[in-house]
Amino acid sequence: MNDIKVYALSTCIHCRNAKKYLDECGVKYECVHVDELTGDERKKIVQEVKERNPAVSFPTIVIKDKVIVGFHKDQIDEALKED
Amino acid sequence: MDAKQLYEMLKKVQEPKGYYFNKDMDMTMPLLESLLTNKERFGYMACPCRLANGEYEADKDILCPCVYREADVQEYGACFCALYVSKEFNDGTIEKQVVPERRPPEKILF
Repeated sequence: MNDIKVYALSTCIHCRNAKKYLDECGVKYECVHVDELTGDERKKIVQEVKERNPAVSFPTIVIKDKVIVGFHKDQIDEALKED
Repeated sequence: MDAKQLYEMLKKVQEPKGYYFNKDMDMTMPLLESLLTNKERFGYMACPCRLANGEYEADKDILCPCVYREADVQEYGACFCALYVSKEFNDGTIEKQVVPERRPPEKILF
């Protein structure tokens, strides 16, 4: 269940498109809208994103051990294929 | 103001400067709506594709149009959000690609 994690912003179109694509692929994922977090929780998650993607940009998609920065269909396909 | 009005208003100002709205309205309209959402949330139109700090001074670089737009449109034909693009981008004469983040992560404070 926690194999796929999407760090996103609620207002970001690339995040929205990436989530839509994952939905179309029929996979389950956990999504965090970082812009909706505050305080310590936000700090913790920003740190988590930074460790996976030093640019702290969105979406940052983690599929197993693969980190995909931005909405790249081909990279998502590739990472899902390795299941 | 709604997204359509914002579109008309900004188009008049930005097009003469060489910045065009992405002709893909499934991108442009939601982005303009998100700019209005951020205006409501923060009091200013912070970039919807970036993590805003929520304080005007700390988000100055990502007030739309952000300071990174010029370099990104020049290099990739589109800004980070792909809201503003070059004429060539809309004409389809350059390859569309994912624009990497240019904003330094240190700018995220909160």
